[in-house]
Amino acid sequence: MAAPTLPIEDQQTTRGDGSADAVVFENVSLAFEDNVVLDGVSFRLPRGETKALFGVAGSGKSTILKMTLGLLPPDSGRIFALGEEVTQMTEQELFGVRRRVGIVFQESALFDSLNVRDNVAFRLMEEHLSDQEIDQRVSESLRFVELEHTMNMLPSELSGGMRRRVAIARAIITQPEVLLYDSPTGGLDPVTSNTIVELIMKQRDVYKTSALMVTHRLQDAFTMATHQFDKSTSQMIALPKGQRADVPMSFLLLRDGKVIFDGDARELAASRDPYIREYIS
Amino acid sequence: MPHAAFLQDLLGANIGCRYFPATNDSRLRSSSSLPFPVCYSLLSRTMALEIELISPFEIAKDLVRAVQEYALLATQSVANLFRRPLYMGDMLQQADLVGVGSLPIVVLTGLSIGALLALNSASTLQRFGGITLIGQLVSIGMVTELGPLITGLMVAGRNASGMASELGSMIVTEQIDAMRALGTDPSKKLVTPRVWATVFMLFFLTIISDLLGLTGGFLVARFLFGLDSNQYWTTAWQILVFRDVFMGLTKPVLFGFIIATVGCYYGMSTRGGTQGVGRSTTQAVVASSVLILVTDFFATKLIFALFGVR
Repeated sequence: MAAPTLPIEDQQTTRGDGSADAVVFENVSLAFEDNVVLDGVSFRLPRGETKALFGVAGSGKSTILKMTLGLLPPDSGRIFALGEEVTQMTEQELFGVRRRVGIVFQESALFDSLNVRDNVAFRLMEEHLSDQEIDQRVSESLRFVELEHTMNMLPSELSGGMRRRVAIARAIITQPEVLLYDSPTGGLDPVTSNTIVELIMKQRDVYKTSALMVTHRLQDAFTMATHQFDKSTSQMIALPKGQRADVPMSFLLLRDGKVIFDGDARELAASRDPYIREYIS
Repeated sequence: MPHAAFLQDLLGANIGCRYFPATNDSRLRSSSSLPFPVCYSLLSRTMALEIELISPFEIAKDLVRAVQEYALLATQSVANLFRRPLYMGDMLQQADLVGVGSLPIVVLTGLSIGALLALNSASTLQRFGGITLIGQLVSIGMVTELGPLITGLMVAGRNASGMASELGSMIVTEQIDAMRALGTDPSKKLVTPRVWATVFMLFFLTIISDLLGLTGGFLVARFLFGLDSNQYWTTAWQILVFRDVFMGLTKPVLFGFIIATVGCYYGMSTRGGTQGVGRSTTQAVVASSVLILVTDFFATKLIFALFGVR
């Protein structure tokens, strides 16, 4: 059965050049030979908002993140990141955009021959900053993920959750305007997952960073939609029902390469689509 | 299971997993109970259904694409020398890995090849009373041909595989994507330093190999055939002309470029997890070795054409 798509007016809410939004996808399609991965996907991520991407395995969620950075070109359609059309850029031009966007890969993708300090500092070392400044910023970044003590360790000496947190530290060290998380809590225990969700929430609420978050864990996204990070107590707090609408959090559901839902938690909960109901139940 | 095991050996395929579950024929589900001819006949039918035919056009297209991608990587590795940033630290690190790391193997092979060349040719030369020519023979053989070729093949075996497996592992663990996402060009950071470090170090490794080959030849000539040291080294030195030295020093530059670009190409085009890394590593060694031999032939022909045959 073909997946239902969003009404066209809901999909095309961009301003054309995408400058008002952090990320914009306009009718993006991609196929690997006969396998259609994305089929006319359109959505926008307003600045400061976090959008959770859902869908079954192979529905193209991670592909969307890679396309946002220009790591994979689409077959058709346009993609904007921070107002710049990445689909029209050469690889050399893309490096400029990529420096303003951070990404946390599914398996962390830490450089296994470099220690934690050099992994986190990779971008700063490329910019030839002084060792003193690099050490200071790496410390700050690792303190954010509570892993300051791992500075001289190799990635192979870290647990899965620690590696994920180091990857977050590496992504945020330059304070990017957009963050892309690829299954940041996948395969982790509930306690570590909660720590990572809290870090993502902290980035959203304290630094107002826009983010696309691929996840299979609905509870993580719902936690992010119903909680807020409290800077004074340095922990997340549950919001009363009336205040949840203020949380900059939205959901996007993919099926058979198409967007079948794009909206906030309230709209998701109110959806009558049988597939969506089954998915969130 | 004798029939199934025999067929598995014969076909190199896991019959139980790959072929039989694909059919609804209940007899095929328990292959061990089938008489051999029935089992083989049903297997052939099942296989015939499952074998995917690839047209020659597709194969040719893949080949052209591979050549195109290799040419692009090789061109970029040269062009990157003139673009900033230049990763000098990485270049020095690679020079250490390729040059210093390959030194023991180059020393041993150089010495052995020189000694073997002297030993094998000495008996023939002795028969014609030309044992004094042994220095000339070893010198010409090592400097123009065996020194560059054996060093190239040794370094290919050691470093093309190393580069392919290292870059291949980085591909399958998304480290290359991470590098691109962090705003760094992997071609500049990973490929160019490896290419130029290999070209530079293979040049000097070949000189070392030549000298050690001559030394190996000398040890055989002096201690097994009682040739005078002075006579050996004088004839070995005097026989060499500009063309020989030019040929001997041009080849390592070409071979170094081939080793590193082929190693990097197979590494960067790795697909399919750890199995893919293993495949890339093997292909890198085979392709670089074959390319070295083919290039050696054409380089020798070209230099003969330019400078004339001795």
